[in-house]
Amino acid sequence: MQKTLLKVALTAALGLTATASYAGSHGGGTLQAVMDKGFVQCGVTAGVRGFSAPDSNNNWSGLEVDFCRALGAAIFDDADAVRYTPLTSTERFAALSSGEIDVLSRTTTWTMTRDTSLGINFVGVMFYDGQGFMVRKSDGISSAMELGGASVCIEAGTTTELNAADYFSSNGIDVNTVVFENQDEVLKAYEDGRCDVYTTDSSALAAERLNLEDPDAHVILSEIISKEPLGPSVRQGDDGWFNLNRWVYFLLLNAEELGVTQANVDDMLASDNPAIKRLLGVEGTYGDMIGVSNDWGYRIIKALGNYGEMYERHVGPSTDIGIARGVNALWTQGGIQYAPPVR
Amino acid sequence: MASEKKSTGVDAPAKASFIYDPKVRAVFYQALLLGGVVWFGLYIWGNLTANMARQNIRTGWDFFGNTSSFDIGFTLVEYSRSSTFFDVLVVGFLNTMLVAVVGCILATILGFSMGVARLSSNWVVARLATIYVEVMRNIPLLLQMFFWYFGVLKLMPSVKQSFELPFNMFFNNRGLVTPSPVLSDNFNLVWMALLVALIATFFVSRWAKRKQDLTGVRPPATLINLAIVIGFVGIVWLAIGASLSWTTPVLAGFNFKDGTKIPPEFLALLWALVLYTGAFIAENVRAGILAVPKGQSEAAQSLGLNEADRLRQVIIPQAMRVIVPPLTSQYLNLTKNSSLAVAIGFPELVSVFMGTTLNQTGQAVEVVLVTMLIYLSISLLTSAFMNWYNGRIALTER
Repeated sequence: MQKTLLKVALTAALGLTATASYAGSHGGGTLQAVMDKGFVQCGVTAGVRGFSAPDSNNNWSGLEVDFCRALGAAIFDDADAVRYTPLTSTERFAALSSGEIDVLSRTTTWTMTRDTSLGINFVGVMFYDGQGFMVRKSDGISSAMELGGASVCIEAGTTTELNAADYFSSNGIDVNTVVFENQDEVLKAYEDGRCDVYTTDSSALAAERLNLEDPDAHVILSEIISKEPLGPSVRQGDDGWFNLNRWVYFLLLNAEELGVTQANVDDMLASDNPAIKRLLGVEGTYGDMIGVSNDWGYRIIKALGNYGEMYERHVGPSTDIGIARGVNALWTQGGIQYAPPVR
Repeated sequence: MASEKKSTGVDAPAKASFIYDPKVRAVFYQALLLGGVVWFGLYIWGNLTANMARQNIRTGWDFFGNTSSFDIGFTLVEYSRSSTFFDVLVVGFLNTMLVAVVGCILATILGFSMGVARLSSNWVVARLATIYVEVMRNIPLLLQMFFWYFGVLKLMPSVKQSFELPFNMFFNNRGLVTPSPVLSDNFNLVWMALLVALIATFFVSRWAKRKQDLTGVRPPATLINLAIVIGFVGIVWLAIGASLSWTTPVLAGFNFKDGTKIPPEFLALLWALVLYTGAFIAENVRAGILAVPKGQSEAAQSLGLNEADRLRQVIIPQAMRVIVPPLTSQYLNLTKNSSLAVAIGFPELVSVFMGTTLNQTGQAVEVVLVTMLIYLSISLLTSAFMNWYNGRIALTER
């Protein structure tokens, strides 16, 4: 954390670290640099359960962590060849553009400003989310429209801050916002009663509610006030690395669509379906096109499973976070997750 | 001059002497150094802009005019989500200045009291002051802020169970709610009367001092001043029939209505800064007083000055010369430390500008530069003022 801060400050002040890392990403690109050092450096949250948080064995785990692990599997055939950098909302983009991390997979909303003016490219959408509100049951609130005069706790440097201002001002509701640098402090202030409302992406609310002393005393309102497509992002100007990231994401979706799972992937190697053959590298040289081994698909699915399995494992209904697939289901199952074919 | 130097013999004497002229050399080297520094600065800047352009990161100052689109919880001026990023800068700056000014005043009062108390002949008072100083200045400030904010806030009652304080004030985990003053339209005449009265007191004090210097008799300046302020302002107030009333805060829904709300972030920040900086100022004050030789006090005593006059006329003026320069550093520290508020959610400069604005615009270089420039300006202005004050109270050699 300290190191990150220092680097971010240095980058901002001099732009020198940017020079150094940029030289790296031009000659040979990020992929070559990653191969040379032997691991993927992945920017994550300081701990949002289900997305990126240390598990009981102190290993990072979550839906967005699994994306980084998939990169590790594709490049090194080792899902553990990933190192993690926990970042605050305000540090994250500078950490990416300074070259401190190779990929940012940290509950980051894809917006036009971020995509066009921060020098980053969004790879895809790992989770379609929306902003919600959590309040105390004892306040007897059933709608966000009843929040007049309330204090609202928010994490700094997020789209949440902007959405809340938009929503409350367009509905003529006067609230008092309290903004903290770290999400831990937001939660603590909410729990201590400094705020009546905690607002952030509804998936994160579901996860954070479990960190409260008495989760049952709190309720998440049904209103969703924004579109929050959360996805990984990489630096602009390195199309090779961008392509690799993007197709790792597409592969996870395609595998689910074709019914290839962690359990049956070995049997699937013998499948007659040409799409599965291409997916697992039995046919074609698709790995070559993105600079990794041709069996990259097999490696990823063998190590981590497809997108659906990752979802079930970390945020799905069977976990204690318990978010239904909803719009995050595949397009074939009524959702909007859709990937171009591997061919 | 140059002709005194021995020429190398080969070149024409005039040219050689020019090269060996120490003045010319001095100017040359300074120009070289200056050129080097400027070149380095330009190189860094060019490097920076080229890299940012290559990484497609937006640069420039246009963002100041853009709509900020976010709310700020505590502002001294009119602000809404449709205000610009420049307004955000102003809001943050004013909040920082509020903390800095109020903090410096309170820390000075606390520090002087504790510094004197540490020298007290009363054992209990002196020990208590020592404990205060040693505890406060040896615990990191951020930790103290967390303690006051998260530790103490947790114990405060909710809005519905607020502590009721005298004068319709309430204290709860949303901070302090006080009645707001409601002034009649002609009340600014009263403010003007107060200003006039204060100017008058300045001249009365000067007159009293001169009279004392000339005749040795000290007129009761304090009493006269008090009479002027209360009398003049009171007469104007009554004469124009200005009215001042106070709102009564009432509980409505989630929070109190009709009152001035001071957020707990501000209180915790101010409290932590004052306690922490006060401990350092106390040590400065103690050092300053101990630096005045005992002979000074004895000499004053032998002149027949009573204890109050001894302190005011002899000890304090000499102690101030020692106290003021380190006091300046403490003021600067307090101002800069106020940026730690970002951790406990008070919307000061670093929080709203270097935090939220930087993140929403992504223009890190510009935002960080402006923020640094502002802190630098505040610090230099504070230093300049304190140096002027120090020059004024410095011992004039006669």
